[in-house]
Amino acid sequence: MAPRVDQLYFFLLGVSVFFATLILILIIAFAVKYRRRSDDEQPRPISGNLGLEILWTVVPLSLTLVMFVWGARLFFITFYPPTDALEINVVAKQWMWKVQHAEGRSEIDELHIPTGRPIKLIMTSQDVIHDFFVPAFRVKNDVLPGRYTTLWFEATKPGAYRLFCSQYCGTQHSGMIGHIIALEPAEFQAWLSGGATVVSMATAGENLFQKLGCVSCHAQNDTGRGPSLAGLLGKTVHLQSGASVTADEDYIRESILNPQAKIVAGYPPIMPIFKGLISEDGIMQIIAYLKSLKREEGAQVKK
Amino acid sequence: MSDSSIVHAHQFDDAEQQHEASWLGMWVFLATEVMFFGGMFLGYTIYRSTYPEAFADASNHLDIWLGTINTAVLIGSSFTMALAVRSAQLGARKPLVRFLILTLVLGALFLGIKFTEYYAKIEEHLVPGSNFSYAGPLGRAAQIFFSFYFAMTGMHALHMIIGLALLTALIVKAGRGRFSSVYNTPVELVGLYWHFVDIVWIFLFPLLYLVGRHLQ
Amino acid sequence: MNGPVEERRQHYLNVNYGLKSWLLTIDHKRIAWLYLLGVTFFFFVGGLFATLIRLELLTPQGDLVQAETYNKLFTMHGVTMIFFFLIPSIPAVLGNFLIPLMIGARDLAFPRLNLASWYIYILGGLFTLAAAAAGGVDTGWTFYTPYSSIYSNTHVALTVIGIFITGFSSILTGLNFIVTIHTMRAPGMTWFRLPLFVWAHYATSIIFILGTPVIAITLALVALERLFGLGIFNPELGGDPLLFQHLFWFYSHPAVYIMILPGMGVISELITCFARKRVFGYDFIAFSSLAIAVLGFLVWGHHMFVSGQSVYASMIFSLLSMLVAIPSAVKVFNWTATLYKGSISFDAPMLYALGFIGLFTIGGLTGLFLATLGVDIHVHDTYFVIAHFHYIMVGSAVMAYLGGIHFWWPKMTGRKYPEPLARLAAVIIFLGFNLTFFPQFVLGYLGMPRRYHVYPPEFQVLNVMSTAGSSILAVGYVLPLAYLIWSLRYGVVAGMNPWKAKGLEWETTSPPPTDNFEVMPTVVHEAYAYGAAESQAVYPAGKPANV
Repeated sequence: MAPRVDQLYFFLLGVSVFFATLILILIIAFAVKYRRRSDDEQPRPISGNLGLEILWTVVPLSLTLVMFVWGARLFFITFYPPTDALEINVVAKQWMWKVQHAEGRSEIDELHIPTGRPIKLIMTSQDVIHDFFVPAFRVKNDVLPGRYTTLWFEATKPGAYRLFCSQYCGTQHSGMIGHIIALEPAEFQAWLSGGATVVSMATAGENLFQKLGCVSCHAQNDTGRGPSLAGLLGKTVHLQSGASVTADEDYIRESILNPQAKIVAGYPPIMPIFKGLISEDGIMQIIAYLKSLKREEGAQVKK
Repeated sequence: MSDSSIVHAHQFDDAEQQHEASWLGMWVFLATEVMFFGGMFLGYTIYRSTYPEAFADASNHLDIWLGTINTAVLIGSSFTMALAVRSAQLGARKPLVRFLILTLVLGALFLGIKFTEYYAKIEEHLVPGSNFSYAGPLGRAAQIFFSFYFAMTGMHALHMIIGLALLTALIVKAGRGRFSSVYNTPVELVGLYWHFVDIVWIFLFPLLYLVGRHLQ
Repeated sequence: MNGPVEERRQHYLNVNYGLKSWLLTIDHKRIAWLYLLGVTFFFFVGGLFATLIRLELLTPQGDLVQAETYNKLFTMHGVTMIFFFLIPSIPAVLGNFLIPLMIGARDLAFPRLNLASWYIYILGGLFTLAAAAAGGVDTGWTFYTPYSSIYSNTHVALTVIGIFITGFSSILTGLNFIVTIHTMRAPGMTWFRLPLFVWAHYATSIIFILGTPVIAITLALVALERLFGLGIFNPELGGDPLLFQHLFWFYSHPAVYIMILPGMGVISELITCFARKRVFGYDFIAFSSLAIAVLGFLVWGHHMFVSGQSVYASMIFSLLSMLVAIPSAVKVFNWTATLYKGSISFDAPMLYALGFIGLFTIGGLTGLFLATLGVDIHVHDTYFVIAHFHYIMVGSAVMAYLGGIHFWWPKMTGRKYPEPLARLAAVIIFLGFNLTFFPQFVLGYLGMPRRYHVYPPEFQVLNVMSTAGSSILAVGYVLPLAYLIWSLRYGVVAGMNPWKAKGLEWETTSPPPTDNFEVMPTVVHEAYAYGAAESQAVYPAGKPANV
């Protein structure tokens, strides 16, 4: 993606240099050619020219429309990650980046990724608004408290790429920096399985699911006091209020922290509130667990 | 009319220009007030559509009878204000003063009722902040409702208080015979301001008091 | 005293003396001076903060000040410069002084309201200075929640109250201008005979009255949230931090047009006078000002492309942002065309005007980069944005302000400033400015984020260039302060129209009498009637100014 952004950038640069130079040359040329030579010279008044006005309205308008369309198309691609992207979770807090890989490894202020594969980051903040910015990939997105935001990129070459926080977040805002470390896929696998033995996010999520008592209401089928959560991600859910929503990460997060907000039709509003009882990392682990349920088609499998 | 014997401020060419300028000035000012309240109305609208049940529930905690009485009081005060303006246009000094005083009294009555309501809310722990307490799971969003309730009605009350000060000044001047059928611009302009404050309340009342209410 | 015998003629400056006659004045010209003192003070306060910022950024490490101090410095720099210098500067100083003169009126419609708005401005400024003295605020001038409403432990409430109060000063000034321009034009001064300076201020005043109340209520809500724990912007309590951003930018984007439109009005006056030619495309420039004011209200979301805003909203805002660029481009072309076959002289005001056109072109074009969705993702919240807006606000607006001050200085004071020194200062400012801010475009593209106290060492060379430029710029700003004050006593006495310019303000004495004209004018010609021998207005005999 980065080279495509650069292409558009250089187009804009070219147009800008052209017009800036044009104006500069015209000003200098007119200033020299028409400089005042005697104190009482009186130029002939010229009040305007409709043709010129139309020309220099239409030409800039067309150019800016080209910029708009080109930029919008790039933006669209940047906004929607490819479906086969590798998902990695990020929690931002003052003043560090906590990264959590699905397989279990976690990092602080560093993110190891494989090259040649789209990476999708699912991000939230524990406190104020931050922004995940990787200049080399020409990509950034704000990281908000209370919601998930995403961004995606793909590293074509191995290397270390600077990571900055680029939404002012307090005293150590300029210290909230790190690196994206892109490794060849084989090396990345090696790195992933290296380090201390850790459980995958899905397993951690499963443990939480048991520990916090979710399993007592959300059974595998719909016989429990709460709806089954197998295959939930991406499904359309019908609510008591009559509205329908698509169950995404934000919906799951909200249902855990504020269950009364969106009650599923046909179920009593008895789910306890877990706000204060679970961390952002914990929520992400539960979401990973629920996603694993989908993949395994409802059969629980320990990793 | 441009009777040059009418006194006008020195920057104006004549009284007619002064009147036109003052009138336009008040309307421009009211436009700024629309934008000012508009920001709060926008915020309210967004949160109401996000938390419809909580807003309905919280709205039912407001005293609908006091709110309705207040609405009638304020509409009444706009009526008396219009009568005051009319009296000024007719050059009728005594009725002008009487109607201004009546408007003042009704306005003060409105504020009295409002502050009674506020007091009750304080007792019921419905003022957002550390003392807020609301039974049930809708409490979080209900607090947002009450934030808007206090911010909007508080801002409205502030404008009412300013209006009462303006009315007092008018009453004093009218009592001294400063207004006539030829010159009554201040009365006209305070009238515009008063009607505006009334209209803001007419929007506030249903949005705050009548969410999800049914006629029993 | 040098020059000819000092006139004993009475004018607005010598009609009475003493502090009370100034602090209780209702003369728009004296009020303009009161504002001039205020904005100059705040300009140098903001400049002091900027100097400290640039000094800190000489090195990648944080060695001059601590992180929290640095964060307060850039916040206070932004707040001071935007709310207490840029927004009032041209309208409250030059607009206040000139609008009644330019339309042939004795004063503004509401002179006492005008004085009140100066006092309100000063009161707001005192609140903000008090916040600075008490330790400052570190949220950035944009006050994003929830950092500003919950997490920051600096003097947020005090600062936003100061800004809230000063906002009323803007609202009242805008109200005054709109009513004055509508109702108090001299006979024969139709809308299309108005100088473009007046059109520009009319458009600005529309933004003043429609936009400022929104920032007022937004900041009031932030203060209430801080003081009473309301949850409107707090996600923990069900609030939405993005609502703040929408409300904030709904004002703050039009605010930047408040900062540039009056400057464009000044440039129209300068170019026509110093090319001695009628402006090219008068109607187009006038309507462009209105178009900018209106469209400016529709583009606020271009500050929020990566904030979590929906992709469709972002696309609409990007498209509208492209549209708002067009009227500005039209103006630049029209001004350039005005130079064609003109008779151009290079007095200091003209140097500022020519510099404006060049720097505004660059600033405006880089705005297109930011409006372009695909590119904005990369350069948002980097030094690219900082460079862009400083090209407009400093390279354009401040230069227009200085150009205007120099141009109308003889009218305001009856004295001329020293021309060679003024030209030198203009050139120093132009060069210093470019050296300061051009490297920042590159820094931003390379990825250096804004509001960074420390930075990776690879960014140092460009930062050093920028700081070097800022030291030159500082010299350039101090020079006018010095020689303009000097000229008050020692400058050459100026006549009624030292520039041989067209415009009603040049058809009265320098300095003007309190009621502006000995005899109120009746307008018979177009504006910028360069090439016509007669003046724009006739002065009917026997119709005295003071009724």
